[in-house]
Amino acid sequence: MSLTLEQVQRIAHLARIEISESEAVTTQGHLNGIFELIEQMQAVDTRGVEPMAHAQDVSQRLRDDVVSETDRRAAYQAVAPEIEAGLYLVPRVIE
Amino acid sequence: MIEASLKQLSEALAAKRISSVELTQLYLDRIARFNPALNAFVTVDPEKSLKMARAADARIAAASGAKPAGPLTGIPIAQKDIFCAEGWRTTCGSRMLANFISPYDATVIRKMEAEAGLVSLGKTNMDEFAMGSSNETSFFGPVRNPWDQQRVPGGSSGGSAAAVASRMAPAATGTDTGGSIRQPAALCNLTGLKPTYGVVSRYGMIAFASSLDQGGPMARSAEDCALLLNSMAGFDERDSTSLDRPLEDYARDLEKPLTGLRIGLPKEFFGEGCDAEVMATVQAAIDEYRKLGATTVEVSLPNSHLSVPAYYVIAPAEASSNLSRFDGVRYGYRAPDYGNLDDMYMKSRAQGFGAEVKRRILIGTYVLSHGYYDAYYLQAQRIRRLIANDFVEAFKSCDVILGPTSPSTAFKLGEKAADPVQMYLSDIYTIAVNLAGLPGMSLPCGFAGGLPVGLQLIGNYFAEAQLLNVAHRYQQVSDWHLRRPSELV
Repeated sequence: MSLTLEQVQRIAHLARIEISESEAVTTQGHLNGIFELIEQMQAVDTRGVEPMAHAQDVSQRLRDDVVSETDRRAAYQAVAPEIEAGLYLVPRVIE
Repeated sequence: MIEASLKQLSEALAAKRISSVELTQLYLDRIARFNPALNAFVTVDPEKSLKMARAADARIAAASGAKPAGPLTGIPIAQKDIFCAEGWRTTCGSRMLANFISPYDATVIRKMEAEAGLVSLGKTNMDEFAMGSSNETSFFGPVRNPWDQQRVPGGSSGGSAAAVASRMAPAATGTDTGGSIRQPAALCNLTGLKPTYGVVSRYGMIAFASSLDQGGPMARSAEDCALLLNSMAGFDERDSTSLDRPLEDYARDLEKPLTGLRIGLPKEFFGEGCDAEVMATVQAAIDEYRKLGATTVEVSLPNSHLSVPAYYVIAPAEASSNLSRFDGVRYGYRAPDYGNLDDMYMKSRAQGFGAEVKRRILIGTYVLSHGYYDAYYLQAQRIRRLIANDFVEAFKSCDVILGPTSPSTAFKLGEKAADPVQMYLSDIYTIAVNLAGLPGMSLPCGFAGGLPVGLQLIGNYFAEAQLLNVAHRYQQVSDWHLRRPSELV
């Protein structure tokens, strides 16, 4: 398997990371080297093997639906790049 | 004083032979002296540290026979900059968080500071978002190995390792997703433990690969690690994968004799691919264990060669999901110039993340994308199962598994930086442990070419106390762990 330049650019777009043409070329080389390593997996017959998502086979705990946190909006918004009147500001999305 | 064990420091503090303020100042002075060359700390705040030390001294003064202060009260510690600490800049080694002042404490920080009374000396440098094995991917520049400043300290917990090895801190925290506690411990002559997945809370520990990440102690001895783990471990309802188990005293079995202990030697760890001098050093440690009454048995981990490939699907997949939160909206870096919202995301992420982090996000995005999910992600999870099953099989004939931690000693800065695959292969012996979720540790077992060699011990699930026992007994008959870099006196 080998990624084309267009595929690298497409993945970068999906990941929302701007990538220049020259960066894409360098990245293509690195990714193809890494996928060469990863391809070793394809030789293994894993039919009938249950995928292991997690180290411990435990199910998600449930808790009562009650308020457990205090209101810390001001503290959390203090680290935001841009806020106004308690809202996070981003470029206009709806015209 | 800087060579005293945590237990000795604890006794000195309790007997008021030294105050926490004096001890903290001693280490702050060493940081001021040695950190400019080593770059192990990215943030120090002497005022904050000394305030905590004064509070610890007050606790010790108020303690009584009926109500003693905890054994670690007043002892300074370095915190890996992956743990959110309220009021402290918490960067995760990234430009993305270079100005992030955490509004809350990670559970590990809260337990160690508020409950155990440890004093934070500052935040240690690390590979960006813990992605790296050399500490060269940090936005804040590489950390230098105190044993040879032209060499890497390992990673991703390289700042923590260099801090303790140079005695800028008596102990530190680390995190380990594919070897990030054990490999730097090996390369810097320290003892480090990655607990069973789920033993130490991940709340407030900035996520890399959530099904693999686990925090743990890095110190000079197994005894120190046991005391630290006592302060770190425990159920936390704020971590959805935290395990609800009774609390343990991880130091309880330290002195147990090793007579009859069965040590498994995986033949895959003793074949090609490991430096000959490193291997000879590990063999000498095995002989020492036989003298201590242990027996050895050959075991096999037939799928271990697949651990690096499977890891580089699973970890990037989880990382691409975890790091999608960095969008320049609620916290973290936002590009100065952008057009629409999408452009703001794209530019903020392009400028905020470094090359290795971007590479892993791209790998993860690809293996999770439509049409490739089964071939990569599911196949990697199936192989993960095979790797975990290998350990189940191996532990039928042995109590602990032993081998090298890293295939080489510390490599030179820049030596592997241009080739990601070569860098990834430096974790060839550590990654399988994370995939299986088992506890593992590294301890000093000698030197090759003047550089430290680490011995890896792998235990069955929840066998931390046993691993610490096996390491401690070796440290009773060896002095490798007491050696320190001669330049930094």
